[in-house]
Amino acid sequence: MKINNYVKVSSVEEAYSILEGNSKAAIIAGGAWLRLTPTEVDEAVDLSGLGLDSIDVVDGFVEIGSMTTLRQVEKSDIVKALCNGIVCTAVEKIMGVTVRNIATIGGTISGKYGFSDLITPLMVLDTELEFYKRGRVSLVEFMDETAKSGDILLKVRIPMKEGRGWYETIKITAIDFPILNAAVTRIDGKTKIAVGSRPYKAVLAEMAMAYVDTCGKHDADCAERAAATAAAEIKFGSNSRGSAAYRKKLCEALVKRGLREVMS
Amino acid sequence: MKVRLKVNGENKVFDVKADEYLLDTLRKNNYVSVRRGCDNTSCGVCTVLVDGAPVASCSYLACRTEGKEVTTVEGIPEEAAKIADCFGREGADQCGYCNPSMALTIYAMKKELVNPTDDDIRSYLVGNLCRCSGYQGQHRAIKAYLEVE
Repeated sequence: MKINNYVKVSSVEEAYSILEGNSKAAIIAGGAWLRLTPTEVDEAVDLSGLGLDSIDVVDGFVEIGSMTTLRQVEKSDIVKALCNGIVCTAVEKIMGVTVRNIATIGGTISGKYGFSDLITPLMVLDTELEFYKRGRVSLVEFMDETAKSGDILLKVRIPMKEGRGWYETIKITAIDFPILNAAVTRIDGKTKIAVGSRPYKAVLAEMAMAYVDTCGKHDADCAERAAATAAAEIKFGSNSRGSAAYRKKLCEALVKRGLREVMS
Repeated sequence: MKVRLKVNGENKVFDVKADEYLLDTLRKNNYVSVRRGCDNTSCGVCTVLVDGAPVASCSYLACRTEGKEVTTVEGIPEEAAKIADCFGREGADQCGYCNPSMALTIYAMKKELVNPTDDDIRSYLVGNLCRCSGYQGQHRAIKAYLEVE
């Protein structure tokens, strides 16, 4: 990314005013992927001085500031307590410590990166996003939107609910992007399944989730049929890491494994 | 733009561009132990500590270091010597290109992890590539430096 001017703002209002007044201004978040972004930005807005880097429990939600680094998320005992620690399990598999000390949760979500290991588990935890102007919106809804938001992500909010969770990512090497990843949770008797790095952005397997909820018995047969449903309903693509057909097979295997884990 | 920071304990003022990365700033100011490798966060040879945390300087904006403390391997001479000694005794050293970044990462690991397991050590070193060693000698050397079984 080519940056013409860098502004470390002292308030969210100042940041919003810059973004509103200049269509070529952008928030740079952690900046870990700037080198991979072939665009030119007039003004790079840095939010790192606004105290948006804490993890707290507020009114039954884990609230994570958008500028919190992935390493902070990974090490947080509060986050580890959520559904078998699936968010931490996912984050600790992202590149190395030297990258996780730079990349932020807000940057990862705002980028809607298809290769994200973080967005997939957040989708099965009923995660909400809190924006400066727009207020709160579900992560799933945000991921579905195609228009550029133009707003500022302040917090990521995860409901603190008892439940079981499972996450797995398949990579060629530890520092590569995933070929495919999947997350499954069972919270309050409801099952959620998300599949990411297809290589497109993560999605919920809605039909498979509905099937599990109608299963009389949550046994191996239920898991197998739901996994086949997920693989059939989700669209996969091909790239240098794997073909669409291979991803489809992986999806079936991962979802089955995840369902067995959370239903056991 | 001017950025004011500490490098290895010394106050510095560097003139940087808005999109300049810390790796470039350090190298042009003669901190040449900070190596250039992949330039995309994959290899780890550009690792430095920013306020004690290891970061890939190839992808860390220089202007972000305003008011921060940057440490290169020259900033930890005693610990670097201990690590080098362990590497030597375990036959973990060959071309040496990754040694400064390895030393900084191992030093940060010692500060951050308590009694790390073999898996903890391997996980912490993900993204620090060595083309020569096969990592076994380094792993033994790191355990010796950390004084763990």
